[in-house]
Amino acid sequence: MKELCLAIVLAPLAGAIAAGLFGRVLGRSLTHWVTILGVGAAFVMSCMVFNDIVINGMAAQNFTLYQWLQSGGVDFKVGFLIDPLTVTMMVVVTFVSWMVHIYTIGYMHDDPGYQRFFSYISLFTFAMLMLVMSNNFLQLFFGWEAVGLVSYLLIGFWFKRDTAIYANLKAFLVNRVGDFGFLLGIAAVLMYFGSLDYAEVFAKAPTLADATINVWGSQQWSLMTFTCLCLFVGAMGKSAQVPLHVWLPDSMEGPTPISALIHAATMVTAGIFMVSRMSPLFELSTTALSVVMLIGATTAFFMGLLGLVQNDIKRVVAYSTLSQLGYMTVALGASAYAAAIFHLFTHAFFKALLFLAAGSVIIGMHHDQDMRNMGGLRRHMPITWLTCLIGSLALIGFPGTAGFFSKDIIIEAVKASTTPGAGIAYWACLIGVFITALYSFRLVFLVFHGKERMDHHTREHLHESPAVVWVPLVALAGPSLAAGVLGAGSMVFGDYFGTAIAVAADHDVIGGLASHWHGVIPFITHGMLQPPFFLAMSGVVVAWFLYLKRPEIPGRIAAAFAPLHALLLDKYGFDRFNDWFFAGGARRTGSGLWRWGDVAVIDGGMVNGSARLVGWLSGVMRQVQSGYLYHYAFAMILGLLALLGVFVHHLFV
Amino acid sequence: MFEQIVFYAFAAGLIFAAFMVITVRNPVHAALFLVAGFFASAGLWLLLEAEFLAIALVLVYVGAVMVLFLFVVMMLDINITVLREGFTANLPIAGIVAFLMLAAIGLVVGRHHFGLTEIPAPQAAGADYENTAALGRVLYTQYLLPFEIAAVVLLVAIIAAIALTLRSTRQTKAPRPERQVRVTRAERVRLVSMAAEKPAPADAPEA
Amino acid sequence: MLALADFLIVGAILFCLSVAGIFINRKNIIVLLMCVELMLLAVNLNFVAFSHFNQDISGQVFVFFILTVAAAESAIGLAILVVLFRNRSSINVDDISAMRG
Repeated sequence: MKELCLAIVLAPLAGAIAAGLFGRVLGRSLTHWVTILGVGAAFVMSCMVFNDIVINGMAAQNFTLYQWLQSGGVDFKVGFLIDPLTVTMMVVVTFVSWMVHIYTIGYMHDDPGYQRFFSYISLFTFAMLMLVMSNNFLQLFFGWEAVGLVSYLLIGFWFKRDTAIYANLKAFLVNRVGDFGFLLGIAAVLMYFGSLDYAEVFAKAPTLADATINVWGSQQWSLMTFTCLCLFVGAMGKSAQVPLHVWLPDSMEGPTPISALIHAATMVTAGIFMVSRMSPLFELSTTALSVVMLIGATTAFFMGLLGLVQNDIKRVVAYSTLSQLGYMTVALGASAYAAAIFHLFTHAFFKALLFLAAGSVIIGMHHDQDMRNMGGLRRHMPITWLTCLIGSLALIGFPGTAGFFSKDIIIEAVKASTTPGAGIAYWACLIGVFITALYSFRLVFLVFHGKERMDHHTREHLHESPAVVWVPLVALAGPSLAAGVLGAGSMVFGDYFGTAIAVAADHDVIGGLASHWHGVIPFITHGMLQPPFFLAMSGVVVAWFLYLKRPEIPGRIAAAFAPLHALLLDKYGFDRFNDWFFAGGARRTGSGLWRWGDVAVIDGGMVNGSARLVGWLSGVMRQVQSGYLYHYAFAMILGLLALLGVFVHHLFV
Repeated sequence: MFEQIVFYAFAAGLIFAAFMVITVRNPVHAALFLVAGFFASAGLWLLLEAEFLAIALVLVYVGAVMVLFLFVVMMLDINITVLREGFTANLPIAGIVAFLMLAAIGLVVGRHHFGLTEIPAPQAAGADYENTAALGRVLYTQYLLPFEIAAVVLLVAIIAAIALTLRSTRQTKAPRPERQVRVTRAERVRLVSMAAEKPAPADAPEA
Repeated sequence: MLALADFLIVGAILFCLSVAGIFINRKNIIVLLMCVELMLLAVNLNFVAFSHFNQDISGQVFVFFILTVAAAESAIGLAILVVLFRNRSSINVDDISAMRG
């Protein structure tokens, strides 16, 4: 088992090193073979581990591979914790990554950075596996930062584009904010639990449930709330929750396979995974759960709205990702960790599918991403159209698809939840379903149906993408349809996760829902009578009406609600505020410090000022140096007199 | 009583001489008054049983230093009127400073601090007391090194005075080491090419 | 009986007179040198007086050294004076201000 896990992690790393350092020697085709084999091997081995743990019911494995160092009584180790949660993530990560590797052969076919790209995505797979397989906070943080680094490298993959450089810097900076919170959380864990090992920390957590700490002034904070909120700030950064979401839409500057791999399916779910992994801690703080839920609800609802006004095909999918991450976060807040992970699981497939489909469209459109220039692509790219439709149906939760199960369970869980804020979150999620359907089918209709709006030259060259592109689409479409049917029963309601996820008895909404679970078919029939289904269908109908039947209406709506439309186009002003307040404020502070601190005080006052003072003093002093002997004598005698005066004064006083 | 008469006489003479030194127009007179002041001072020192120093003061100062002064004053052709400029103008400030200083010093060294009760007069030394011997004893034992240094100081002073006033004339001949070191072969040796032997005179007597 | 204070007062008067002399004869460098000699004499008088009243011969040793240094000083001072006069035909202090800042 140990060797197997190590091999899973090291296979992509070996591929990354080979492609990164020896890419020129290996050449293009050998590079993609090496990396695809590495990640494929990791996927196969992950499946073997999955088989052992989940199918054969082997107990969770927790072992240390290597002790890095020991400092102040704290062990820094490298180790793996293999339990159902981990293996689920491993399978998802390696599978999606593998698909993306294959897809990349087609997408990046003409790119000069071909080998570099393969090196990065393999490295990403390694980092993500380290993150999910970790059995301690330090390694978690290592993986966390490593995926952040690779994300930075990949967003700025086309480093000659100014927008890409801007976007990757933005992503990195925003993630720094989140990571700072995360680091504080880890520090709090180390400080109060005295260990970085998951098992030890979780074992100790109940004894510290009511502990309070002094953070600011004399105010007492609950230790658990503080720690969990800090950790969640990290999750907000990685999983792009409001207000740290601003980097995700911009990350679409990266190549599309990356958008699929990192910014839809895997890396952004690291926050969700981390919170689930920390469930024994989060369960001890209802406040933290409440915050998590409200942040998630805000993200789910408001980011979905933004998807309605975007014209860039990738940005629409990006905002839908934000919205879906919001759903997962809501589920976390409702203590429905299993539902969150399940949604993560299904979402990984259909969102990767949607992104790759968008990428396929982009290839067909010769790297034009504006939906207003598309339309009617169904006839030219049938496979892309079909897979994209499957992905969209899964996304909106059409009964029977993967998204239907995961999303319905989340909404039911929120409805059942008693955590403060659950009411708001429920309505946000419910309306979010309608919005999701609206923007998803807006995309589908604008791109694949209706009039062909592209220019003549592009239309002539429109054709279905090569097999390396559409095979991953088909491969992902399968799970997008079936993952829900197969997984819902066992993964959410069964005892799938075992001890990997802890839920307090009074938060156990999943347990409550489980009693109503009678299998897949009753769930579907039941779901078709529930509001989410009607909302989703009405969203599709509205989208059809607005963008196919009467395409002139959206413009009129936009004109009628101009301020609202402007606000949405402005993305609620987050970017503008950040640019003005943080970036501009930093620049203003810097230039102020430069002008007043450096130029005025240090250069002007201290450096030149002291020189000028000395110069001025010497100018005065040289007047004293007359050169006449008697002046010096006079000064000496006066000095003598003064000293004598002091002496006499001391003598008589 | 006799001591006091002698003291006041010499003290008055000393102060009068000092006063005249700083006020007379002619530097020659000033130097002569200074000599008088040295004599009076020597008298006071005798009262204080410092016989050697009193004699040394007369011999060295009056006999050597003051003669040097007089010699210089007389040798130089000094325009006295120019030098006396500002004499009256500076008189008030000089008086004020001197008075203030005297008042301050007087406050310290008056009889209330250094009177007979505070510091009683010592027993007068006997007839067999030899100040020179006593001084010599410490000078050549305890203060031997300073004594030697003082000798060097005097030597340096002599050389310095000579070096300063010596007119450099072109008549002196001295080696110049730097020139000697830098000399080249060409400057030292001149090779002259000439016939190896002179032709014999024609009228040489035959052997 | 003569007290130490009497001698010290004489020394003080002598010292102050020489200070005054430096002020009023500020242009005549020869008299300035004489005033310096007078100052040293005043100091010497103090040394001798203390030496006597404290019955400590060290004071006289110091006078001895001061006399030595003073002799050297006046010799060099006068030598400088001679050179100065030779170069400038004057011993007016006003003419010597090369050290002006």
